[in-house]
Amino acid sequence: MKDHGRYQPFTYYQLMETSLRELLVEKGIVTDAQVSEEVAAMRARTPQRGAKVVAKAWLDPQYKKRLLANGTAACEELGLEIPGLRLVAVENTPQVHNAIVCTLCSCYPRVLLGIPPDWYKSRNYRSRMVREPRAVLAEFGLSIPDAVQIRVHDSTADMRYLVLPMRPKGTEGWDEARLAGIVSRDAMIGVAVPTVK
Amino acid sequence: MQPQFATEYPAVAPQFKVGERVRVRMTAPLGHIRTPFYIRGHVGEIERLCGSFPNPEELAQMRDGLPAVPLYRVRFRQKEVWPDYRGPDSDVIEIEIFQHWLEKA
Repeated sequence: MKDHGRYQPFTYYQLMETSLRELLVEKGIVTDAQVSEEVAAMRARTPQRGAKVVAKAWLDPQYKKRLLANGTAACEELGLEIPGLRLVAVENTPQVHNAIVCTLCSCYPRVLLGIPPDWYKSRNYRSRMVREPRAVLAEFGLSIPDAVQIRVHDSTADMRYLVLPMRPKGTEGWDEARLAGIVSRDAMIGVAVPTVK
Repeated sequence: MQPQFATEYPAVAPQFKVGERVRVRMTAPLGHIRTPFYIRGHVGEIERLCGSFPNPEELAQMRDGLPAVPLYRVRFRQKEVWPDYRGPDSDVIEIEIFQHWLEKA
């Protein structure tokens, strides 16, 4: 028997997206090609962009200063295109661990880290990360000692956040590309820390 | 006080300084509000001035949101926000809050 696939009716939001997109195309506001290009560009952005910024900051203390002062300018300096992004970089230290959440919706530095993971948008993460961050981090396998302050950043308005993790021991002499290789998406959200295998 | 990000909009003058204690207004207007419910009525301190941005409550009504409103990052002690918070006293939460939601504490 020939497989014709399985028909599934559109969900509410799929229907909304398709209707709006078709109307915009019909009225000549955007073209199908522009929509496809934008989707392709969004899929092409990966956390490697953010990892490059982190690795550069690990290697160059002056760059790190500029990154903390103005994350947007620091990204542009590396040739990263980040239209509209106002980036606040927050630095982990032996005394402070930072983690990012958006309780109101799912604000995320997409142009730097790509499409957010589903858990970041979940009600569970969004409601609990501000209320019991230590318990949530433990579920990610990250145990933060009580002597270390946890700073949770609720991304509620025009800023977007990047955690600048601590450079782990055992990476002495590594070049930028090798360092970038150990900087994960989760480490830049603050639910993990970079490690050396 | 220099904002972290300069913007070009006509803007309301910033009213608070870094380190100043502020209370988030306890009110519940309708509309597109970027001040989370859980932080309303709580006291924190100004961590930095981010810049001045169009008021999102106005933008959501298809208006221009001008003059732009100073946006701060405000730092709250977790133990103040959640009296039963499980963790050390030093843990904090930082939130972006527009000036019209803040009053001197």
